[in-house]
Amino acid sequence: MIPELGHFALILALCMAVIQSFFPIAGAARGNVAWMSLARPAARAQLVFLLIAFGALAHAFLVNDFSVVYVARNSNSLLPMIYRISAVWGAHEGSLLLWVVILGLWTVAVTIFSEPLPEQFVARVLGVMGLISTGFLLFMLLTSNPFLRDAFPPADGADLNPLLQDPGLIIHPPMLYTGYVGFSVAFGFAIAALLGGRLDMAWARWSRPWTVMAWVFLTIGIALGSWWAYYELGWGGWWFWDPVENASFMPWLTGTALIHSLAATEKRGVFKNWTVLLAICAFSLSLLGTFMVRSGVLTSVHAFANDPARGIFILILLGIVIGGSLILYAWRAPGTLISSSYGLFSREMFLLVNSTLLTVAMGAVLLGTIYPLIIETLGGKVSVGAPYFNSVFIPLMAPLVIVLGIGAWSRWKADEWNRLWQHLRFAVFGSIIIGILLAAMLSGPGALRTALGVALACWIILSTTTLFYSRMHSGPDLIKTLKTQPRGFYGMCLAHIGFAVTIIGLVVTSNYSTDLHKRMKPGDKAELAGYTFELAEIRTIPGPNYQATEALFRISRSGKHVTELHTQKRTYSVRGMPMTEAGIGPGLTRDLYVSLGEPLGDGDWSVRLYYKPFVRWLWLGALLMASGGLLAVTDRRYRQVRLQATDPQEVIDGGAAIKS
Amino acid sequence: MNRYLVPLAVFVVLVVLFRIGLEHDPHLVPSPLVDKPAPVFTLPDLRNTSASINLSALRGQAFLLNVWASWCVECRNEQPVLMELAQKRKVPIYGLNYKDNRAEAIQWLDHYGDPYVKSAFDQSGRVGIDFGVYGVPETFVVDREGIIRYKHIGPVTPEVVNDILLPLLSKLEHPST
Amino acid sequence: MKAGQILLKFRRQCRMVLFLGAAILSVSTMLQAADVPFEFKSPEQEQRYKELTEQLRCLVCQNQSLADSHADLAQDLRNEVYRMVVQGQSDQEIIDFLVKRYGDFVLFNPPVKTGTVLLWFGPFLILFVAVLIVVRYTRKNARQASPELSNVEQQRLEALLKRPPDGESG
Repeated sequence: MIPELGHFALILALCMAVIQSFFPIAGAARGNVAWMSLARPAARAQLVFLLIAFGALAHAFLVNDFSVVYVARNSNSLLPMIYRISAVWGAHEGSLLLWVVILGLWTVAVTIFSEPLPEQFVARVLGVMGLISTGFLLFMLLTSNPFLRDAFPPADGADLNPLLQDPGLIIHPPMLYTGYVGFSVAFGFAIAALLGGRLDMAWARWSRPWTVMAWVFLTIGIALGSWWAYYELGWGGWWFWDPVENASFMPWLTGTALIHSLAATEKRGVFKNWTVLLAICAFSLSLLGTFMVRSGVLTSVHAFANDPARGIFILILLGIVIGGSLILYAWRAPGTLISSSYGLFSREMFLLVNSTLLTVAMGAVLLGTIYPLIIETLGGKVSVGAPYFNSVFIPLMAPLVIVLGIGAWSRWKADEWNRLWQHLRFAVFGSIIIGILLAAMLSGPGALRTALGVALACWIILSTTTLFYSRMHSGPDLIKTLKTQPRGFYGMCLAHIGFAVTIIGLVVTSNYSTDLHKRMKPGDKAELAGYTFELAEIRTIPGPNYQATEALFRISRSGKHVTELHTQKRTYSVRGMPMTEAGIGPGLTRDLYVSLGEPLGDGDWSVRLYYKPFVRWLWLGALLMASGGLLAVTDRRYRQVRLQATDPQEVIDGGAAIKS
Repeated sequence: MNRYLVPLAVFVVLVVLFRIGLEHDPHLVPSPLVDKPAPVFTLPDLRNTSASINLSALRGQAFLLNVWASWCVECRNEQPVLMELAQKRKVPIYGLNYKDNRAEAIQWLDHYGDPYVKSAFDQSGRVGIDFGVYGVPETFVVDREGIIRYKHIGPVTPEVVNDILLPLLSKLEHPST
Repeated sequence: MKAGQILLKFRRQCRMVLFLGAAILSVSTMLQAADVPFEFKSPEQEQRYKELTEQLRCLVCQNQSLADSHADLAQDLRNEVYRMVVQGQSDQEIIDFLVKRYGDFVLFNPPVKTGTVLLWFGPFLILFVAVLIVVRYTRKNARQASPELSNVEQQRLEALLKRPPDGESG
């Protein structure tokens, strides 16, 4: 009964989505206020129905209703309660439902926070978001219905994939989707601006907080995915350049370029076409990611469904949404006037250089990801893996880092090299000295690379802290100056430092991680990176839906006890799948990592030991970046309720409209 | 106006690429051994522990080399097709029993059918590696001079037999036609 | 049945095999332990082995290296690499051995051949084009910009917009 209710709710949500798409957009074109005003209620009604559907599916999981095919495939009566909830989004159909629900949440957020914006504009934004929702709901109802019933239900379910029975996997997809889907708001704003023919600074101001918020969630989502892979997969890897990872990284790169380009468009009215294109690209890449995961086009360990029929549907959806928006762009963008000029040494220039570098990096990742497909079409077979991406991506990041440090100091419109040099001298020399010192002190094959990477990161840190320091002393009263600085400034500093922290973690752990693969039995000891790992004992431990063998390691350094680590090898009863839970000893400067493998006979076990320096800095940095973004979003100028939605040029010319 | 169409053009290329990509299975790895001599091996006969099978002795006739194992679920589906191929069409099929247990393998053949002239017992999988085997089942078409002419990945279906294997075998047996 | 559906068996294996101890859906007792540690005569040998297995792709779990994958075939191929390293064969000989049997796909780093020219030079091409566009745009912007607001106009504008005065960063 309840699954049917959920199914019906989905159909109703689709109806609402259609209303939300057609009437507001048509109404905006014809100036029909009644039609435009349907947008908000339709969006809110749609969310209600979506939540009902989601609740119905969750309910089916909670009560172990195995007559629902999706529940039977992904759950089991022994599955702990909390994983029954996360199993809702554990496979294709359910995760799609989550996607649509999150889109509904973002849409309703837009309806709530868009009061000061012109009605025609909001109608278009909501209409575009409604169109996307319509597409996805159709896809669900036609090809991927989570509420399908089995006439002869099994006695028990096939269990959730043990890999997904983990707290990290509860929160990673929702965060990631909130980020991906959040770019649909920026997309909606871009399309609305193109449709209305007003690509201006006000549009950029409205877009920015929404875009940054989506970017914050995406940053957290990607970081969570990396952290989860690290502790769950059992060998301490944290990034594999897997096609689906790239599918989330490309929107992130584009999103970062977008928020910086929006800054320039908001402040100075420049790069309007570029910013609009970036907004379209960011969401397009999100949709592309959806396509790649669910169509089986590329090999990936993440891939959900490998059904070409579904792939065709998504491809058509992609074609309409992205193709349509790019046609609109080609038609409308050429008409926009360029507002102001800027010099070679201006903030605008540095922002442009950086957003370009980020976009080129995204292009390189895209090329590497789809290249196997290109070659396959031509009849060959090639594989592109981490070595390619690393050798192409990292050289593109180095100039970006350098320009970042300069750009944060620069003035709008025109700046002078001398002035910049005055302020940056300290940071320049500081980072060079740090680089040289490190190169001298470090040993091993990765020493120079590490020294260079850390020096670049220090460049960012020194440039940002000197900027902060100088800003603190820009007025007579320190406390007052601190209070009156816009949050955007603090956000920027925090985010840039977070970026530097991530770079340090990345560079050090890539070059200085070591591991040992040994045959050990209780009582054996192994040495790694100055630590002594002793396998103390092996015992069996039962779990709720698995049997586990646990190894206890005692780790010491120069005779002093450091920590005890437990690692388990679990066999999940339903699927018969074995899994390893690694034992991790976290630390700010290093992680110690042990992983139990196979029994080798004679009481011996295959064991892997890892030393991972500074690996936590990777995710700490991401957290700092996300926090910086959050700070920036709460800047007071976005909280001003009575925003006047006018363009400076319009005001001066007495309302002469930009070509529409 | 033209340069504003560039993003659209790039997108169209991507869509075409993906459309074509949907037809392919990205997991299939084509064999570099096609049109090259089949790796020479000598392995024990599966059923007769004292006898051995030498691939280079199998000249003069085109044949199929089918990689199978008793633990391979899909091989069961393939067996009837191979039986028909061997008995009705008189195609010589040799088996390469890959990383298996001898007793279980023989039992499996007795249960599901034995279309093979002989089966070679590759317990370690070393010969499989020489043939570039990465999954089971796989089937190689070898010509009269011992050159590999085709590799099929996955179980042999009636369509594969009719559309690919039989025409190819006929061509190899009668090169002039 | 399509080959793709057949290989789904191995894809399922790969999802299982993302962690130690792959167990194929089988009853065979012949399965070898999929994660045997090797003994090396010297650290250089061990380093060579590590580097080789990290740059070779597992054919079964195709997004993992031979070093990381726990598929049976990966263990077999690791055995081969180990055997060849200990025998004294060079890196290139070992790579050639595998490429001869499995093709270029087994390399994570695609070789620079005619087929991969676009791959290796593509990013630099993109960068070059991007730089050209930026330069052209900047020059055009310097020529075409509309007149700047005068100070009086700027103040009027700010009063109308009620926004904080310029000069802030962000």
